[in-house]
Formats: sequence, structure tokens, C-alpha cells
Amino acid sequence: MNFAPLAALLSTRHSGVLTGIPYAETLGLEFEIDEGGVLLRMPYRKTLIGAPSPPRLHGGTVAGLMEIACMAALLRDETVTSVPALKPIDVTVDYLRAGQPETTYGRATVMRRGRRVANVRVEAWQSDPGAPIAAARMNVMIVGADGAA
Amino acid sequence: MKPVIDQFMKAIPHIRELGIRYSGVGRDWAELELPWAERLVAYPGDDGEKGIIASGAIFTLMDSVGGFSVQAARRRPTRIATVDLRLDYLRPARPGETVVGYSKVAKLTKSVAFVRGYAHDGDRDDPLALMSGCFMATAGAKS
Repeated sequence: MNFAPLAALLSTRHSGVLTGIPYAETLGLEFEIDEGGVLLRMPYRKTLIGAPSPPRLHGGTVAGLMEIACMAALLRDETVTSVPALKPIDVTVDYLRAGQPETTYGRATVMRRGRRVANVRVEAWQSDPGAPIAAARMNVMIVGADGAA
Repeated sequence: MKPVIDQFMKAIPHIRELGIRYSGVGRDWAELELPWAERLVAYPGDDGEKGIIASGAIFTLMDSVGGFSVQAARRRPTRIATVDLRLDYLRPARPGETVVGYSKVAKLTKSVAFVRGYAHDGDRDDPLALMSGCFMATAGAKS
């Protein structure tokens, strides 16, 4: 459960394609580091569609984007030499609006980072940041880079 | 029902992209499969070993099967939307194994369906994720 490639990417570059995680590449995720932390972007591509007519994103793609946004937010402050393993404990996704065939953004906020468990909130939106299409909360187990839980 | 679902699923690009396929359906339940594939991996394996698939891919499987179980229970095709979905990730999926997602409608009302389900990778008594969700018949709403 090691996200070392993601941590390395986030600490050495300010924006680009999320490489090193095959599933993130399947979704076509891109990242950008800004004053708010890590912003993830999922440009529209046909393979993200879950309902053909009218075309709407599969809810799972938005959930996948939000889960990786959580991990990115937790890895943001890590140095490359001490990357903890992150294990998802649970995730709850509220779907607020249908996902249109356009770019989707995701940003996570760490509500509490405890010694073993972090609680993270995530929002996903499209053209209007004030009108999120989904919101999620996630609990993640943090296992120290030395293997200690 | 199987040919109908097979045909329906082939028309959904993201389901085809992840490789999700039909497994079974009943009057108030549905089952889909997600075979292991490299493009689903979130945690690459060491030295060429198979990696662990993303929890997000399992979420997509469960969202899909939850929706199909609601379709099955409603008897006729309806446009539905996920209201919310929760997954407890009990353990990682075993690398290389097919993940099976099962969902059953616990209660169907005129507009809302409550579902419960689980995912396993070979042994139903050893689930890797538990699901609890709520779906809504939309008929054009919420979009």
C-alpha cells in the first residue's frame, strides 16, 4: 500500500499527469499544486461515461478521483524518504449533481490527521466550484514508513 | 435478463473500460465481476508481482452493481441516480483475483431504493468490502 511514486511526484513537480499509479492513468488524472494544496483534474474522455444518453460520467470515476485526492492530500507534506503506507478504511460519497461530460476537479481537506487514522473531506466539481457534483468523507489508516502502525 | 444486462453493460464505456462483467441477477439482487487487470492497480507490486487494485475501482464495481440491483427490483428500466454510497474496506483485494460485487435491495419505495451489498474475491464468507447505499429514480431530475 505504498504511494511512494505519488509522493515523489507531488514533492518534485508543481503540475502534470499523475503517473506511477495505473488506475490514475486509466482515469487520466492530472495534478496541480497551488496555495490550497493539491488540485486534481480529470479531463473528460469517453471511457469515463456511465450513462450513454444523455452522456453522464460514471459515479465511480468521480469516487475514484476523490479517493486519490484524499491520498494526495495526505502525502503532500511527506518527504520522499519517509512515505507512510495509506490504507483506506471507509469512504462515503454523496452524489449532488450528475457528472457532465467535461473536466472534473477534486480537492481534499484533511480534517484531522491522527497518529494512526486520518479523516479527510473531499469535494468534486466541474465548471462551477460553487456547485459541487459530489462530496465525500474518507477515513484512512496511516502506517509509518518504518512499518509501525 | 442476462442478455439484456450484457447488452446494456457493453453500451456503458466506463464499465467496459474497467472490464466489469455480468455475473448474476435475481428479483431483488444483482452480481457483477471485476477481473484483475494491470490498469486497475493503485498499489504496484514489487519486482513484477501483480499489484493491488484501487479501492476506487471496487467503488465503481459496487456503484454499478448497486444500480443494477435496483433496476432488477424495479422490474422495468428506469433512470436512476446514486444518492449516496458507503464502502467499508475490510481488507485489500488479493492481487490477481477476480473481485465479485453483490448487491441486494433492502427496501424499494416509489422513488428511493436502499441497498446493501458486499465484495469478495472467491469466498463469500470472507468479504473484502461492505456496501450500504441509496439510489433514486430520477426521470430527468438532478441533471
